[in-house]
Amino acid sequence: MLDYASLKVIWWLLVGVLLVGFAIMDGHDMGVGTLLPFVGKDDTERRVVINTVGPHWDGNQVWFITGGGAIFAAWPLVYATAFSGFYWAMLLVLWALFFRPVGFDYRSKIDNPTWRSVWDWGLFVGGTVPPLIFGVAFGNLLQGVPFHFDNNLLSTYDGSFWGLLNPFALLCGVVSSAMITFHGGVYLVHRTEGDIQRRAQRWVMASGLLWLGGFTLAGIWLALGIDGYVISSAVQPDALPDPLAKTVSRVAGAWLGNYQRWPLTMLLPLSAYLAGIAAMLLLRGGRSFAAFWASAVGLAGVIGTAGISMFPFVMPSSSNPASSLTVWDSVSSQLTLELMLVATLIFMPLIILYTRWAYKVMGGKVTAAYVRENNHSAY
Amino acid sequence: MLDNIVDLSRLQFAVTALYHFLFVPLTIGMVWLLVIMESVWLMTGKQVYQDMTRFWGKLFGINFALGVTTGITMEFQFGTNWAYYSHYVGDIFGAPLAIEGLMAFFLESTMIGLFFFGWERLSRKQHLLVTILMAIGTNLSALWILIANGWMQNPVGAEFSYQTMRMEMTDFAALLLNPDAQAKFVHTVSAGYVTGAMFVLSISSWYLLRGRNVEFARKSFRIAAAFGFASICSVIVLGDESGYTVGEAQQTKLAAIEAMWHTEPAPASFNLLAWPNETRMENDWQVSIPWVMGLIGTRSLSKEIPGIHEIMAQNRLRIESGMLAVQALESVRRDRQDSAAKAVLEAHKKDLGFGLLLKKYTANVATATPQMIDAAARDTIPRVAPMFWSFRLMVGMGMAMLLLFGWAFWASLKGNFQHRPRLLKLALCCLPLPWLSCELGWVVAEYGRQPWTIYGVLPTRLSVSTLSLESLYGSLAGFVGFYTVLLVVEMMLMVRFARQGPGSLGTGRYDHETAH
Repeated sequence: MLDYASLKVIWWLLVGVLLVGFAIMDGHDMGVGTLLPFVGKDDTERRVVINTVGPHWDGNQVWFITGGGAIFAAWPLVYATAFSGFYWAMLLVLWALFFRPVGFDYRSKIDNPTWRSVWDWGLFVGGTVPPLIFGVAFGNLLQGVPFHFDNNLLSTYDGSFWGLLNPFALLCGVVSSAMITFHGGVYLVHRTEGDIQRRAQRWVMASGLLWLGGFTLAGIWLALGIDGYVISSAVQPDALPDPLAKTVSRVAGAWLGNYQRWPLTMLLPLSAYLAGIAAMLLLRGGRSFAAFWASAVGLAGVIGTAGISMFPFVMPSSSNPASSLTVWDSVSSQLTLELMLVATLIFMPLIILYTRWAYKVMGGKVTAAYVRENNHSAY
Repeated sequence: MLDNIVDLSRLQFAVTALYHFLFVPLTIGMVWLLVIMESVWLMTGKQVYQDMTRFWGKLFGINFALGVTTGITMEFQFGTNWAYYSHYVGDIFGAPLAIEGLMAFFLESTMIGLFFFGWERLSRKQHLLVTILMAIGTNLSALWILIANGWMQNPVGAEFSYQTMRMEMTDFAALLLNPDAQAKFVHTVSAGYVTGAMFVLSISSWYLLRGRNVEFARKSFRIAAAFGFASICSVIVLGDESGYTVGEAQQTKLAAIEAMWHTEPAPASFNLLAWPNETRMENDWQVSIPWVMGLIGTRSLSKEIPGIHEIMAQNRLRIESGMLAVQALESVRRDRQDSAAKAVLEAHKKDLGFGLLLKKYTANVATATPQMIDAAARDTIPRVAPMFWSFRLMVGMGMAMLLLFGWAFWASLKGNFQHRPRLLKLALCCLPLPWLSCELGWVVAEYGRQPWTIYGVLPTRLSVSTLSLESLYGSLAGFVGFYTVLLVVEMMLMVRFARQGPGSLGTGRYDHETAH
């Protein structure tokens, strides 16, 4: 079997894959939620928008849940520390997500404009708040999060909720929101026609510029204004995980170190730009399906950029750098990582296959006629 | 302060878990009823069976939406509110949760989209396949969750590591084949099947009492009666099996359920009714049946079942041994080379959790007084009266449902049930029973595990996150507020569509058709 150090790196990659999968799949549902009140002007149009994701949002949301479960299983200390430290941010995500299952399923069950409008805004909140908060969370990870461990590895969060809402983190939140809106917009262009499609296309162009502009700004800020972290003691990748066994220092420009060490990693930020621009051009050329996958590559580029900038750090601590969590010392035992790897290798391809089948069955444009014909069964 | 945080965290977990469990059993059971109805449609080609699948499916969907909503809370609450627990046992406990997502929840959630939206796009056989996969996904989901929960009840296949300061998995097969997990799985899903059956039986009875949609309701009643009768038998038989495995793994729970303060000569008698008195640690009075408890708990006539006083005495010894383990662990954490301390830790490791119980009384376990040790030993017994009564109410309701389903099944064999208003009214009145008994079952299993989150390994008190009281009051209020509104909305829709009946499908074949 693989050695412990390799497994640790593989799990860093796999968590990345799950995050990217979440952004691509649940992300387009959420982007559709954000755009719903703006691209759908009357009830039929809104039903068209909702039904583009109607059969799929539930399966897609499992990327989020499985992502949480995988972090629990593979990085228990990160799961424990981040979720309890970001307590109110996590609750806001959770409560925003409450609006989605009920919004999708209950909205069309009663034919009353107020009822439906309430759920439209519920779906807007459920689609908009989570990506915003995840962006803010990444912005805080990049700056370091105030927490420390005692000798028994009990974590204490030393900051406040409001401390999370600092300017750099908010900028990251904007980047994340814009990127998810863009992605949802591209999907809507692909699945609708006429007025809805035209409106969605305008939103795609606007959010695309905001995304790439914000990404550039955040990159410059990160390079010039934010200290990175480095492990200043000897690194033993195959050692038993113990976050308190190392020393860590803050160094200006350290988050750019990996790009100098492995120049190929520069492809990650580069692919965000190239894929984002390609998606816009493809969409103009009417090739919406290719645009969707270009947009997906763009999301992977952004998430990959955040990940590789921090590697091997996952959750640096600003108040007690030695407590920082890294790829080497926040992981589960070798046996658990092996088992989870086997489970992922078996089930992930199956998931992709049946998800693809579900999209194939439900494929094609969603139209006003479809909604009218399926008045009782459609959302 | 800490005690308040622990109590509030427990309260929030109980509220959110009990609430989640209002929706889960119905999902687990209904999904198989949908499979049965749709299979009959495929075999007979009779339209009414497709309408049944679609109508009951609609109600299933209203319920499912809240099951999903409240399920996300459960996945995240371990991290937000039980951070030390998550760190301490994530290596074992996290794996079944993640596998649940990969193997089961993805399948269930993807297929449910096709179930609702795929009627026109899939062939009949393909659609039935989708429904079956949805049912398999739902039930596998329950399996993995109960494997995780079974491990909390009976932590097999794992060992403590002082280097990483946590429990680590040593044997995945033991985790999977944990007898507690297996018994809990079959008992819990069977209870879900009963819930689904009762739901269909009661609402169908209501239509029959009103003389509406008679053919539709008759067919639904028959399926529910047969499925429910088989399921309630399985709940009771497997619940008894569950009692047996509890007796093996958790003596404290069994003793509390039975209000057995003293060890009796084998085979022990069963307290049918009693009035447990916590302060005297005796029953004020009791009505017992000789022999029965010994048979249920040990499957033998000669094995003894320990009573509460004897268990406390055993646990007191384990606490004393655990004190040494805690002290040795503290030395090793200060100096990893301390081989003398390592040897002590190794010798007393299995009692480490019992030593940690003393943290409630003193930060420095080495200085614990005999009074503290006595108090900690008393803490190992969950409060008896809530356990005793929850269990008896649960079993009583189970027996009532056995009678109801037995009668309904008999009447449906004879085919005369629609002319038996007493049966139909009884079926309607029994509608809340499965939910009540499922909730009580949760109380017996989880309240009865106290004072532990992981039985014998990690005290509940040490499992919480370091949060402020304000945060906990705020989040608890938020959950209660959100969940109350959602429940009102869900019940309103459920009642509305159940009242309207299959007319809500808009097919033109039933009473009370929707106009649009």
